[in-house]
Amino acid sequence: MAKLTLPPEEWVRSGHSACPGCAPALALRFLLKGLGPRTIVSIPACCWTVIATPYPTTALGVAMLDTPIESTGASISGLRAAADALGLSDLNVVGVAGDGGTADIGLQSLSGMLERRTNAIYLMYDNEAYMNTGVQRSGATPWHAWTTTTPVGPRARGKAEPKKDIMGIVLAHRPVYAATVNPSFPEDFLAKVEKARDLVGPRFFQAITPCPPGWRYDSSETVEVGSLATETGLFPLYEVEEGRLRITRRYGRLKPVREYLQKQGRFGHLTDPEIDAIQSRVTARWEELLRSERTSAEGRAQPPATDQAPTAAR
Amino acid sequence: MTLEVLSGNRAQSEAVRLARVQVVAAYPITPQTTIVEAIADHVAQGRLAAEFVRVESEHSALQVCVSAAALGARTYTATSSQGLLLMHELLHWASGARAPVVMGVVNRAVAPPWSAGADHTDSLAQRDTGWIQFYAETNQEVLDTVLEAYRLSEDRAVRLPAMVCEDAFYLSHTVEPVEVPTAEAVDAFLPARVGRGILVPGVPSRLGSFTGPEDYVRFRREEAAAMARVVPTLRVVEEEFCRSFGRTLGGPVVPYRLEGATTALVTIGTASTTARGVVDELRRQGRAIGLLKIRLLRPFPEAEVRAALEGVDRIGVLDRAWTFGPTGAVAAEVRGALYGAPRRPLVTSFLAGIGGRDVTPGLVRRAVERLDVGSADDGPVWMDLEPLPEEVVRG
Repeated sequence: MAKLTLPPEEWVRSGHSACPGCAPALALRFLLKGLGPRTIVSIPACCWTVIATPYPTTALGVAMLDTPIESTGASISGLRAAADALGLSDLNVVGVAGDGGTADIGLQSLSGMLERRTNAIYLMYDNEAYMNTGVQRSGATPWHAWTTTTPVGPRARGKAEPKKDIMGIVLAHRPVYAATVNPSFPEDFLAKVEKARDLVGPRFFQAITPCPPGWRYDSSETVEVGSLATETGLFPLYEVEEGRLRITRRYGRLKPVREYLQKQGRFGHLTDPEIDAIQSRVTARWEELLRSERTSAEGRAQPPATDQAPTAAR
Repeated sequence: MTLEVLSGNRAQSEAVRLARVQVVAAYPITPQTTIVEAIADHVAQGRLAAEFVRVESEHSALQVCVSAAALGARTYTATSSQGLLLMHELLHWASGARAPVVMGVVNRAVAPPWSAGADHTDSLAQRDTGWIQFYAETNQEVLDTVLEAYRLSEDRAVRLPAMVCEDAFYLSHTVEPVEVPTAEAVDAFLPARVGRGILVPGVPSRLGSFTGPEDYVRFRREEAAAMARVVPTLRVVEEEFCRSFGRTLGGPVVPYRLEGATTALVTIGTASTTARGVVDELRRQGRAIGLLKIRLLRPFPEAEVRAALEGVDRIGVLDRAWTFGPTGAVAAEVRGALYGAPRRPLVTSFLAGIGGRDVTPGLVRRAVERLDVGSADDGPVWMDLEPLPEEVVRG
């Protein structure tokens, strides 16, 4: 019998109202396992507004603040300021938002919180579309994916544009720590959360979180679909700490992206040439990531900052 | 207590220092900016132990305050015009979350076209957001009202956010003598806000949950009940204010020479000073005229307005904003309050001082003359303007 490597305490309780197979539910479950009860979570309009269950109940074992969709970065700056002013410096201040609430409408306040060095953790759960409103395209929706606002027809092939590079945007702010995480790899997820927990300053996670109704696959296959996202190189797992990039799950040979795409109805319309085009982009990006890791080990992962990169945090 | 020569903006920042605000969110906009500049200096010099959060927008400024207030911190921000409009969504969040945020609003015209002049459109457009709204006439009132607003907003019977509004430039950048109370006196009047957060770290709790219709309407009714307790709570707070500082604040409305008056002017903000002078002048000429200054526009003090204007036949309301209704916004409130009065007076709506035009004694005198020939069918009267060319009227 394998040894249990995750903390047994649950801060996401049974009785939550997530869909079957919801990976965003797993993402917050693992995040809170790593952070524990001295945590306050700010959550904007997103699936988690609903998952946490309606008034007067809550599915979380920690305090939660609701905000409008674009506010998460500002909200955690406010919570941190209050915690510091009130002598609650041990409090983990956490923002959890979807990809639309982070990479689209919430980008300004995210940038603000990173730039002002807010001492807080921000997790974007990336289900690659506005899922709570019923599967509309976001900036984080991948190339060619079907959504209700990027339909497929004689004149359209799903989303025409590539996925927005949120990690690139975040890393340009030089956060103390940033990492990609995947609920299909809980040990990797927890190790990163525990590392981030003990750092001071802005910390960011991008979690890939498959969504059965939005991605059009059977809800029993969430962990498998999530695993394939990483095993195909489409969503590599890595961390960047003070500018040093490290790949945390390494593959000598990546699985073909076709295996990932074929499992999902949102890519069901893809032709072989379209799949080949996606494959070549994924391969190129993976090689670029390997190069970034090498150059970062030599201390040139990122261009020099415009002024001295601050390590102090607020 | 010391007597200092302060601008309205400086009065706001001194009140914030004296109130020992714990979290300040700052974003610049003319003519508000000198408020947060002065607070930044208070923090930098060690005169105020606050977390000073430099945000990237007014929307974020108010979110910082709402989130910090949820944990129990005393919070402040200030804005004007476009900044207040950008905050609109968060204004509802602040009142709905029962966050006792106090905000300085320097009333400035809304674009387009650009204008930095005094105009109440910005805050009048927010009158349905669940905030208490005060309008100041003097810099002394600015300072005193900020202190009062914290007591009122944080009172358990109220727990609603408050705006302290001051006219751009006429107050924000004009200096006058202001009595500044001592820190000890303010500490006694306004103790630290402790242990009042709705969210408690380590305790499963949630602020802002989604609800079904039954709970939703219950929260709105609770907010309405809190709003209804503002005027009685204000009375108690002002009695204590008077005991603490030896000054009166005047209540939700301030009547002036309304005894036996058959004509009355109604004003908010700095136009009150000018109108008071005209009332004195016309009284000297034997005219039975008085003035009602409204300090508290939200909640609208209907009973106080009705009582103060009882027996008056003709009322002229000066609005420093055009809000696209059948009358100016304040005039509509006054008309509404008087509709059920036993003797319904004629209420004429005057639009005066829009975009920073001066409200002069001559303008106020002409408004009184126009009042004499007013009828119930009158639309708003645009004061002191040339008639529009015929082709513009025809469209």
